[in-house]
Amino acid sequence: MSAALPLALLMSSLLPALITFCLPEKARAWRNGLSLGGAALMLTLVVYTLQAVAMGAQFELRYSLVPGLDLWLRTDALSLLFLTLSAALWLLTTIYAINYFGHKPNQSRFFAFFGLCVAATSGIALSGSLITFFIFYELLTLSTWPLVTHKQDERSIAAGRSYLTFALPGSTVLLVAIVWLESAVGPVSFGAPAELQTLSDTSLRWIFLLFMLGLGVKAALVPLHGWLPAAMAAPAPVSALLHAVAVVKAGAFGIVRVIYDVFGIERVAELGVGLGLAVVASVTIVWGSLRALQQTDIKRRLAFSTVSQVSYIVLGAALIGPFAVIGGLVHLVHQGLMKITLFFCAGIYDERADVREVVGLNGLGPRMPWTSVAFSIAAMGMIGLPPMAGFVSKWYLGIGGLQSGQPWVVAVLIASTLLNAAYFLPLLYRLWFLPADAAQSTRPSAESFGLVLPPVATAAVVLAAGLMAGLAFSPLGWATLIVERLYLP
Amino acid sequence: MTSEVAVVGMVLLPLLAALPAVVWPRQGKHFAAVGLVATWVCLTVLWIQLWQGPVSVVLGSWPVPLGIAWAVDGARAALFTLAGAVMTAVLIYARKEFALVHQPEPTSQKGREKLLGQRRQAESFWPLMLLLWTGLNLVVVTDDLFNAYVGLELVSLSAVAVVALAGNAEALSASLRYLAYALMGSLWYLLGVTLLYGQHATLDVGLLSQAAWSTPTDILALAIITVGLFIKTALFPFHAWLPSAHASAPAAGSAVLSALVPKVAFLLILKIWLDAGAAAASPAALNVLGVLGAMAVVYGSLLALRQERLKLLIAWSTVAQIGYLFFVFPLAGGPAQEQPWSTDAWSGMWFQLVSHGLAKAAMFLCAGLWLQALGHDRITGLRGMVNYMPITVLAFGLAGVSLMGLPPSGGFAAKYLLLVAAFAAGQWWWAVVIVLGGLLAALYLYRPLAAAMSRPETPPELKPVAAGWQCLPLLLALTAALLGLASAWPFEALQIGRPDWQEGPL
Repeated sequence: MSAALPLALLMSSLLPALITFCLPEKARAWRNGLSLGGAALMLTLVVYTLQAVAMGAQFELRYSLVPGLDLWLRTDALSLLFLTLSAALWLLTTIYAINYFGHKPNQSRFFAFFGLCVAATSGIALSGSLITFFIFYELLTLSTWPLVTHKQDERSIAAGRSYLTFALPGSTVLLVAIVWLESAVGPVSFGAPAELQTLSDTSLRWIFLLFMLGLGVKAALVPLHGWLPAAMAAPAPVSALLHAVAVVKAGAFGIVRVIYDVFGIERVAELGVGLGLAVVASVTIVWGSLRALQQTDIKRRLAFSTVSQVSYIVLGAALIGPFAVIGGLVHLVHQGLMKITLFFCAGIYDERADVREVVGLNGLGPRMPWTSVAFSIAAMGMIGLPPMAGFVSKWYLGIGGLQSGQPWVVAVLIASTLLNAAYFLPLLYRLWFLPADAAQSTRPSAESFGLVLPPVATAAVVLAAGLMAGLAFSPLGWATLIVERLYLP
Repeated sequence: MTSEVAVVGMVLLPLLAALPAVVWPRQGKHFAAVGLVATWVCLTVLWIQLWQGPVSVVLGSWPVPLGIAWAVDGARAALFTLAGAVMTAVLIYARKEFALVHQPEPTSQKGREKLLGQRRQAESFWPLMLLLWTGLNLVVVTDDLFNAYVGLELVSLSAVAVVALAGNAEALSASLRYLAYALMGSLWYLLGVTLLYGQHATLDVGLLSQAAWSTPTDILALAIITVGLFIKTALFPFHAWLPSAHASAPAAGSAVLSALVPKVAFLLILKIWLDAGAAAASPAALNVLGVLGAMAVVYGSLLALRQERLKLLIAWSTVAQIGYLFFVFPLAGGPAQEQPWSTDAWSGMWFQLVSHGLAKAAMFLCAGLWLQALGHDRITGLRGMVNYMPITVLAFGLAGVSLMGLPPSGGFAAKYLLLVAAFAAGQWWWAVVIVLGGLLAALYLYRPLAAAMSRPETPPELKPVAAGWQCLPLLLALTAALLGLASAWPFEALQIGRPDWQEGPL
């Protein structure tokens, strides 16, 4: 059982994807059934694993390739945090995507690569060693490209090119870092931190830099973030998953793993590299927000907001205090929930009301109430207003900054909050308080149940995660559990 | 006894199939099919025998050096298996490429000539492939350098003929150029081998490896042989014949030419530098081999980047991919042979050789199918292929994953092993070339893939290709792309009969 569970977790998304490749375009029912069934199965397995891991169980599976290259799947508290997020949001995004695409062509290709993308993300969450992480990280790069270019028009192809231009050199750098490290200290697993004494401090700093360059591409750290706004050319379900779970989170999750499970907190502190990373993350937070402010396209504004928000996670990890880490980890989940809600809604506005620009939102609130309420809750969460989930993250990050003796972090957080408010509040104002223009108001309201359900559900969770943050199985409760296990082994 | 029959069968069975195919050319494809099945049975028996240890046989019932030693170990059997897999795919695929459409007898003189030409092309293909396969297996199996020369000639001459099959001006000039290079390579090789025979009175690899390689004549012979083989394996800067030859051959032929033929000469370089002449392999000379390989990686990739035609792009990529093989010499040759990382470097080289063979064959078969559907192989003309022939696009993409060295492909396993060896040996500059080569491969493969993914302005006129044919390259590409996931067993199999291999990881 202990080996079968990680495998089943991975296969629940991988197998449906592989079968979907072979399905003809007409087999709608089969395709949707497979995706939904796989997602539901995965969620069930994740819930089972969650309670087992909370009790202290460990599941792991090792499979040897060539010497030195082991595929190692393992469930610890941190991997489950990411896995739960992927499983839950995969199910919702699948429901959304089925309704979003309706009867458009090339759906078998889409759902196959979509499933593959989720499988790669699950693999990243479950990986128990650096090289396993790398293998799934690359699989993610490859399976995302056909999704970004799915529309096959000039813009999507250009977006795909920009994505690969950043992602492939990034993974090359990552591979060099891994091989360099492992050639000196042997295979590195996340369970037992490696003995790094054989490498000089200078080499270690270089390796750390290479790791951050390689992972920073996906985490969209400035100046490696250029691909993310371009990737907006993808269909809405892809943007939603890319921004909330799959790609950017894979980078952020990798950074957390490298700091805590490869180098170890003490080593990072000794080398003094944490502070540098914290500064880069802070710059990214402010820069992303400033750029978001300038965008008039809704999806692009959201994209720059992602650039900014994902760096909260990196900032939390880089500060190395327990509270900062809790803040960062909990934001991994919170940002995912809020951002996916926003992208779901942006997709609905685009698809059903033909609104892509900020000005188009005027007066849409009363006409598309469900979508707009969900959008508003998520936007307020992003700003960090209590009692929404975003507030919890910022609170812990701020305390963590003070605890680590970096009070300037609080200033960054305040600046970011003000900027967030500056680019989100006008949207809400337009939605609810400005009158619609004549052409828009004559169009019928077109919210369908299947499209609205996912954002409403995630928005509800955003509220719940903030209101019930004290519970053991809330994101905050789980992040606290992870940090307790890290600091008090 | 069984093992000896199996060893001999690997060479004899393709030959026995080739001979009747020459006599009764109309039935060529049937003889090829029988030869294919028989050789696979033989190979299966051989693998079963190999599990007990390497097998060898001395021909002519005289002991070496009078008799000729044939031997098979894990690595050689891996090459047999690669050749078998590629040949299988190609011989099945050729049934489509050379299918003569049943059309009414053309009335015009010109039409009749064209039909005759097509028929001749189809009829010559089968015996040529089988002879090429015979030669290849002979070079793999033999431990005698002159015996290897015979095999090498058989491979080269059949390959030249395959290039000329199309019969148009372009193909003829490419094959003539190929012939000139191949003959030059053979002459150099033969001259060197003669010198060696004069010095040591034997051409057996095992006996040569025990001889002292000290005289200037030895060194001269080594140099001459190596240059001859460089030409045949198309190592930079001796590669000029390869792209045009591989691009002009019929796609089925190109697949074999790119996936297998350069590897034959490379195997001889390997035998000479790591085995027969290991005593003369100084670190400086080994580094020269490595540097030439590095230059091939960079130069071949840069030229692949500039091609407008798909088949030329794939051919230039072969020039680049062969370069990686040469990193084995500085990392596992000469003094490094004793080092713990030599196993990684050596096995990584084999993984590269096998996965490149599979991936490259898949790519040429894809190109062939697109050529049949579209009537041309211009890269810009591939737009929209993902909608019309999705299976081939997937196959091309998966093969590309292996060439770029991304996980979980065999190319990744190869690159990982070579990278680890390079870092362990402290020769990080090879690592730089390896990762740079991967990025360059991504660059040149991006263009056809992106074109296939784009929507065309006007739908192209296509001759439909059945899904079954498209699955042929997909199977090859899948094997290459998943070889990394199932790499533990192949890794062990490669070590069968390798003397300096210690159990367990480094």
